[in-house]
Amino acid sequence: MTVDWSWIGDHTDDLTSLTLSHLQAAMTAVFLGLVISLPLAVLAHRVRPLRGFLLGLSNVLFTIPSIAIFVLLLPVSGLTRTTTVIGLTVYTLVVLLRNTVEGLDSVPAKTKEAAKAMGTRPLRTLLTVEFPLALPVIFAGVRIATVMSISLVSVATYIGDGGLGQLFTDGFQRDFPTPVIVGVVLTILLAVVADALLVALQYVLTPWRRRRA
Amino acid sequence: MIQFDAVHKRFPNGTTAVHDLSLEMPEGGVTVLVGSSGCGKTTTLRMINRMIEPTSGTIRVNGEDVTRQDAAELRRSIGYVIQQAGLFPHRTVLDNIATVPLLLGWNRKKARARAAELLETVGLAADAGKRYPHQLSGGQQQRVGVARALAADPPVLLMDEPFGAVDPVVRTQLQDELLRLQKELNKTIVFVTHDVDEAVRLGDRIAIFRTGGHLVQCAPPAELLARPADDFVADFLGAERGLKLLSLRTLAGVPQGPAPEGGAWSLVLDAGRRPLHWASKSTDAELPVRALKDTDSLLSALDESIASPTGLVARVDAEGVLTGVSSRDDIHVHAGQAHTEARAVAA
Ligand SMILES: Nc1ncnc2c1ncn2[C@@H]1O[C@H](COP(=O)(O)OP(=O)(O)OP(=O)(O)O)[C@@H](O)[C@H]1O
Ligand SMILES: [Mg+2]
Repeated sequence: MTVDWSWIGDHTDDLTSLTLSHLQAAMTAVFLGLVISLPLAVLAHRVRPLRGFLLGLSNVLFTIPSIAIFVLLLPVSGLTRTTTVIGLTVYTLVVLLRNTVEGLDSVPAKTKEAAKAMGTRPLRTLLTVEFPLALPVIFAGVRIATVMSISLVSVATYIGDGGLGQLFTDGFQRDFPTPVIVGVVLTILLAVVADALLVALQYVLTPWRRRRA
Repeated sequence: MIQFDAVHKRFPNGTTAVHDLSLEMPEGGVTVLVGSSGCGKTTTLRMINRMIEPTSGTIRVNGEDVTRQDAAELRRSIGYVIQQAGLFPHRTVLDNIATVPLLLGWNRKKARARAAELLETVGLAADAGKRYPHQLSGGQQQRVGVARALAADPPVLLMDEPFGAVDPVVRTQLQDELLRLQKELNKTIVFVTHDVDEAVRLGDRIAIFRTGGHLVQCAPPAELLARPADDFVADFLGAERGLKLLSLRTLAGVPQGPAPEGGAWSLVLDAGRRPLHWASKSTDAELPVRALKDTDSLLSALDESIASPTGLVARVDAEGVLTGVSSRDDIHVHAGQAHTEARAVAA
């Protein structure tokens, strides 16, 4: 397996656009996953009976094979980016929902009490006390969901999308290893960089956790 | 003023935490709630700011029924200090203190300025403001807790075992500072503690509760110590309650005379006439002297009269200069009178 460097040189534009498209699919999925998970997690956290149901449901969704999800979505959204994003979003839910619920659970009762006793209303307590304190656990979920989504985008090649995944099919069909190797390397690179950026973002967002002895 | 009128609290599980409580907590005074664990002190306190709702009865703060007010707004007008401070771990000390002002809609600059001012009031260095709570000692966190409760200058302050988790030395310091602050601020304070000495030291009135949420007696400390209502109160106050009463009286009225020249021991003074120690005339033994001011308690005078080799207590003025000595007998007589008076007032 040798890498044909000239192929890479000839295809930088394609590689760039595939990488961006790959990243966009993964990020959109994580973003939508958060938008759905945060309110559901608050619900699961506050209403005990709903908790088991919501967490169980996200677990069940997670066990559906990824290709099956895309196939199931085809009649609804066809061979589009929408199908890819919906599929990926479903997978992010299990980690994001679980971690957000656990993050909210981890906020000390004493701190919430203090907020209430100072005269903070419930919504403000949620936004200014509970979410910030749950942030480290939520972030752990976001990091897993991001890396997972980046690696999963390739599966959408079956429905004609798939970002860098297209390089794999291209390489296999032509029995030409270079695109496959480049695709793998770029996917890994993307995941590593995205994860590092999230770590940096968390550092910025949680100043009280720095300098902890 | 805070008034409890026939207040009853029964939790859904059937526990009666407060039983038919009628009690007045005077304006500008410190009312201390004491009693063994589980007797309903915290429940009583938390009904005032509606963290717990009474089952029946009414609670009025400055004449207004608390249940008629919006709970969140009521809480902003009542300072609350919890054991182990309960600070927000994700906010700096300054922002912790500024919590209520910000809720009241003050702009950030004004709220921070007020917080900085309070940092000084509670005896913390200005640079503590930028730190996070976990970077402070327990005692410092407790001070921040007090500053946070005072931030919006509420007329009422609720304190639930605020000094329960710090060592005795820091505890005494925090009590001193609270007394100093209270002299300036004149808040209506409700203070919960397990510690009888703390109650006697801080309270203008002490309310003693018995398990089941029964108020047994509510009286000024001297009255309580001199005439406990029943055996329960007497037991709770402990075997040394006679001595505790003396901690409430000062040395001021006790007669003093010149330091004697004769005798086996003489009081050695420095050039500024400040007592140094007792010196034996026959040997070269020296014993320490603890000179007392008029504001020191009769209890410390009694203690010193026992420790002093002559039975005499050296008395000094505010600058530490000797004004005279008092005899063990005079101190005893005054200790006895203190008890007689306290009983008479109570009767
Ligand atoms: N939310 C609750 N549900 C049921 N019972 C409760 C609840 N809160 C307190 N109790 C019970 O009510 C009684 C009084 O409790 P409270 O916390 O007022 O006591 P306390 O005097 O403050 O005790 P401590 O000195 O240990 O703090 C106790 O028997 C306690 O178990
Ligand atoms: Mg309590």
